[in-house]
This record gives sequence, structure tokens and C-alpha cells, in this order.
Amino acid sequence: MELLVDFLIGFLKALIVLFLVILPGASGAVYFERRIAAWIQMRIGPNRVGPYGLLQPIADVIKLIFKEDIIPAAADKRFHFLAPLISITITVAVFAVIPFGHYVVINGEPVYLGVAPNVHVGILYVLAMTSMGVYGLTLAGWASNNKYSLLGGLRSSAQMISYELAMGLSIVALLMVTGTPNLMEIVEQQTGWRWNVLYQPLGFLIFLVASFAETNRTPFDLPEAEPELVGGYHTEYTGMKFGMFFLAEYGNVIAASAMMTTLFFGGWQVPFLPELLGLQEGSVALALLQVASFTIKVAIFVFFFIWVRWTVPRFRYDQLMRLGWKVLFPLSLANVLITGLVMLIN
Amino acid sequence: MNVNQPSERQKMTFWEKLYLPEIARGLGITFKMLIGPKMTIQYPEEKYHPGGYYRGRPVLVLDEDGERCVACGLCSRVCPPLAIEVRAGETDREKERYPVKFEINMLRCIFCGLCEEVCPEEAIVMSKDLEMVFENRESAILGKEKLLVPVAQLQDRLEYLRMHQYYEPPARAQDA
Repeated sequence: MELLVDFLIGFLKALIVLFLVILPGASGAVYFERRIAAWIQMRIGPNRVGPYGLLQPIADVIKLIFKEDIIPAAADKRFHFLAPLISITITVAVFAVIPFGHYVVINGEPVYLGVAPNVHVGILYVLAMTSMGVYGLTLAGWASNNKYSLLGGLRSSAQMISYELAMGLSIVALLMVTGTPNLMEIVEQQTGWRWNVLYQPLGFLIFLVASFAETNRTPFDLPEAEPELVGGYHTEYTGMKFGMFFLAEYGNVIAASAMMTTLFFGGWQVPFLPELLGLQEGSVALALLQVASFTIKVAIFVFFFIWVRWTVPRFRYDQLMRLGWKVLFPLSLANVLITGLVMLIN
Repeated sequence: MNVNQPSERQKMTFWEKLYLPEIARGLGITFKMLIGPKMTIQYPEEKYHPGGYYRGRPVLVLDEDGERCVACGLCSRVCPPLAIEVRAGETDREKERYPVKFEINMLRCIFCGLCEEVCPEEAIVMSKDLEMVFENRESAILGKEKLLVPVAQLQDRLEYLRMHQYYEPPARAQDA
């Protein structure tokens, strides 16, 4: 019986996260991507559908649903169908361990704000999932039976391998500081401005650059480099299948932003002590405040992702590899070493 | 990988090789653009008002004492896509000739402005009118009633032409 209740609560949380966090978040990110792109290019951007063009993403999705679904004659139909599903599933799966707030007491029981925020191997789970995401892209490139798609998919996997290392090592240094891979505990340790970014500035920088590569965002968006690869891995996709890749990309951006917030910027911690407002730990008001704090931090990072996309031109392939292996990898190793030495001295 | 080595001139300084300071500078520039003024004209609500340089719909100039055109047919002759049709008529007035029929087929017109350039009377000029929508092919052939525009509305273009043309403008009563 207790198992069933736990399962139901978890299921409910998953639904809430899916429909109130990921879908609006991703469509909002698409809207702001287009709006900010326009502003940076001295344009105005979409402002015709609904107030301020806010309904534009909905119009886009409706358009994508009603578009013809084309499968190339030479494509492997099963994998062609499967690839976008893998992409989107993995993106959604990352959100399972992200803590959106601390907890709310309901019937004397603490209900944690997150689908499974107390998973002990939270960080490892996120790393595993983000590196699984590349299977969707590579499979899409392979199943399309198109040379440009294949090149895009291969680039994606090569890029993933190169940057996963640096990312993992930057997290190793972080784990040495925090001493736990549990995301909830990591956030709890960062109360009162003791943000991890202050202890691990280099680690944060490496993580930031690596997450740009992991989410295939400019300046590392080589898998879909339009000038050379037509559309990269999603060249042969139309309609909602393309839409799923699109959604997965923005979902990944939000997930990466959420991870940076959680690991380095205090997660849901509000920037002042809640006692000043007389809010009790576990009350609904404080929980809302924490979720708001988390959302604002994530939104700032998403804005940063978009801002960088319209500023920095794409890297050449060899430059990308050189940055990954010759700069970020040694730097992250050095970061681990320095962190260890400092901890040893203290 | 077969990549050209950068020449001496292209080599980056250490500061530039760090990437991050230069990226931060670039981010600063784009942020300035982000909050700066926008170029877009919100078309149906806001209209574009070009200066005298603009070559819009060709029109015939209507002076206070009537149309300027003397139906010499030069515009019709010079028109590359053969969009202009002129048929001349005669009157008893001092200016004997006038166009009985003057038609411009807007489906053919390419807005080159040659008619305006060749006209010895400054009678056909390019207006600022850029909104040309026709519901059928017949209505796209503009007759005299649609082509004649009072000279007051065309001052910008006429001034522009006087500043930029290669020949002496014809002497007019109002100039003297």
C-alpha cells in the first residue's frame, strides 16, 4: 500500500514536471530565443500571434503537427522513427533528479519538490543521461541514410566524447568539495551565499563550456552546422519528429542551466535567510519562494545560452577538438589537482 | 588535418588566445544591440516614407494648367519591357499635342526609371507610391485618370531629379 502511494505521488510529480516545467519551459525558451535573436540583430521578432507574440510557440507546434511526415525512401524506418523518441525521452529523464525546491509538509510528511530529488547518485545519473542523449542524434544521422545527416550524427558523438571528459572531471573536483553526489544535499550545503562557484570558479567555467558542447549549442553546434551540413542530423526530419528534436534541444538547454544552478549557484536557495520573513522550513510560501529563486537563476542561464548563440561564431571542427582535448581536459585535471592540494593543506 | 597555418599577421596574442576576454567583449557588443533601437518598421501600422530618391509607381505630372505630357512617345519607345502605350491627339491651344490615351501596364513595369530620364518635358516621374495591389490583370493597366498626379505631391522627386540629371531642365513658367 505504501509503495502504491509512493508510486502515485512520484507519477503525479512527473506529470507536473512534464507539463508545467518542461513543455512551457521549452516553448518559452524557443520564444525568447527568437525574440532575443531579433533584438540582437536590431529587429523586433515575433509579435503578431497573441499579446507580444507569446502564442508563437503554440502556433509553431500546431504548424509542425499538421506538416507532412516524410520518411526518405532509403531510410531505416524503425530507427528513423525511434531516434527523436530517444532524444526527447532522455531530455525529459534528466529533469527527474533536479530539485526545484526543498520540501513541503503535507499531512506531517515532507514532500520533496522534485520527481526523485534524493537519488543518491544524482550527479552520475545526470551525466549518464546527458551522454545517452547523443544516441538519439547519432541514430538519426545513421537512419536517415543521408551523408550530411550521418556527418552531423558522427560529429555529435565525437564532440560528446571529447567534452564529457572535461565535464566529468570538473564535477569530480566539485564532488571533492561537497563530498556527496546527492543533488539535494549539494543544494542544502550552499545556504547563505556559500555557493560552490566561489570554491570552484575554474570548475564552473569548464562545466559551462562543456555544457555548451553537450547541448550542441553555438559555438559548438557542429552537428547541425547549416552552412556545411544542410541541417545536420535532422536534415531528413519533418513535422513533429523534427519538432521533437527541437524540443529536446531546448529541453537540454534548460536541463544544463538547471544543473549549473544546482551544482554551482545554490539551486533553490533564496539569496537571504528565510527567517527574516518569518517563513518556516516546509511551509508552502517558502517552497514557492524557493521555486521562484530556482526559476530565476535557470532563466538567467537560459538567457546566457541564447545570448552566446547570437554572439560567438561557430568553431571549426579541429578548433573544437583542440579546445576540448588540449585546453579543457588538462585544465580540468589541474583543477582536480589544485582542489586536492588545497583540501590537503587545510 | 589539412589546415592552413596562420600567417604572421594573423597570429593571435596571448590575451586573444584566452578566448574568454574577447568573448566577453563580443557579449558586451551584442548586449548593446539587444537594448538599443530597432530598425524594423511595423508595416501595416507604420508606413515607410522614402525620400526623393525612391523609384515607385511612375506617374504623369499634372500642372495647374493641365498635364505636361506632349505625347512625344519617347517614354514608350525607351521602355525596356514595353509597358507604356501613348496615343497622341491635337488641340487648338498653344501646346498643341496631348495624349489621348496614356497607359502603363504595371504588370510589365520594372521601375527602371528610363521613361522619367528620357522625358523632355519632365512630365513622367517616379512617385513614392509603393503600395500596388491589383485584383485582376485589367485593373493593373493604369489609364490617364489614375496616372495624373498634381505636381505639389511630386516636389521631392522633381527636386531630386534637378540635382542629379545630366541635362538642362526645360524652362517653365513658374521658374521665371
